[in-house]
Amino acid sequence: MRWGVVTFPGSNDDAQALRVVERVLGDEAIALWHKDVDLRGADCVILPGGFSYGDYLRCGAMAKFSPIMAAVVAHARRGGLVLGICNGFQILCEAGLLPGALVRNRSLSFVCDLVIARIETTATPFTASCGRGSLLTLPIKHGEGCYVADETTLAELEARDQVVFRYADAAGRVGPEANPNGSLGNIAGVCSAERNVLGLMPHPEYATERLVGGEDGLAVFRSVQSWLRDGGRSRGDEPRVQAP
Amino acid sequence: MPGLLARVYVTPKRGILDPQGKTVEQSLHVLGFDEVSDVTVGKYIEMRLGGASREAADARVRQMCERLLANGVIEDYRVELVADRS
Repeated sequence: MRWGVVTFPGSNDDAQALRVVERVLGDEAIALWHKDVDLRGADCVILPGGFSYGDYLRCGAMAKFSPIMAAVVAHARRGGLVLGICNGFQILCEAGLLPGALVRNRSLSFVCDLVIARIETTATPFTASCGRGSLLTLPIKHGEGCYVADETTLAELEARDQVVFRYADAAGRVGPEANPNGSLGNIAGVCSAERNVLGLMPHPEYATERLVGGEDGLAVFRSVQSWLRDGGRSRGDEPRVQAP
Repeated sequence: MPGLLARVYVTPKRGILDPQGKTVEQSLHVLGFDEVSDVTVGKYIEMRLGGASREAADARVRQMCERLLANGVIEDYRVELVADRS
């Protein structure tokens, strides 16, 4: 399968994403430039971490107008897979592909740490091969990772099972002590209503090799691989949608 | 027709976490400015506009705010237009 990785001016996790696709997953990696206008057949597009356009104005605010983003939005509307990591998550929120926004960490400090991300739903292509409630140890490195949304949006996210990852402690408990940035509801990652677009602050691409501190992040990439391999049939569980 | 100067104030929406405002407020209290409350930290954007009438300019600047200058999920904006005397 083919993974496209978009490089914006200021992206800095693009090389690692490409490396994981080629060297760890053994898949085809397509390096996409922000000025490209098509995705060259990518099945899953990764918007990587970094500081696109210097984080000017707001994180991700400029990147959403890059020429490539029209193709990314069209791909998403067709049901194609889009994975936004860190700055990529911020861009997806700015572009309106994901609800909510990411603001300055409550502590005002840049955080660089290992966190535990609890998988809240397996009804996404990105978590379909995982166990609900399983815990992934993943690195974070961000200054603006505090997820916010208005109360209505938050309630909808919960009701439609769109919260994909929450920060948790080693016992899997979600609470303020396990929250590295002040995100509402300890939210670390959300998916779109159609479930084909995922954004998350932790970096699965930096947790793919035992030699450099763990491979929990592989769970996300392997899920996408098996989901695409059988044509989207292995959808994991049905979303646990609550009656309104 | 003289040009216009647009002044755009972008501020965190009420109810949205504003850790910068909170921290600045605490620091002001530490400095003894106890009368201070409800500090918010936002952005000030100034730009010169050519040509258009005040009404048209106002509509254009609001479009700029909606599309780029502010993020409606977390921010409010306020626009002032004044004659550009520079």
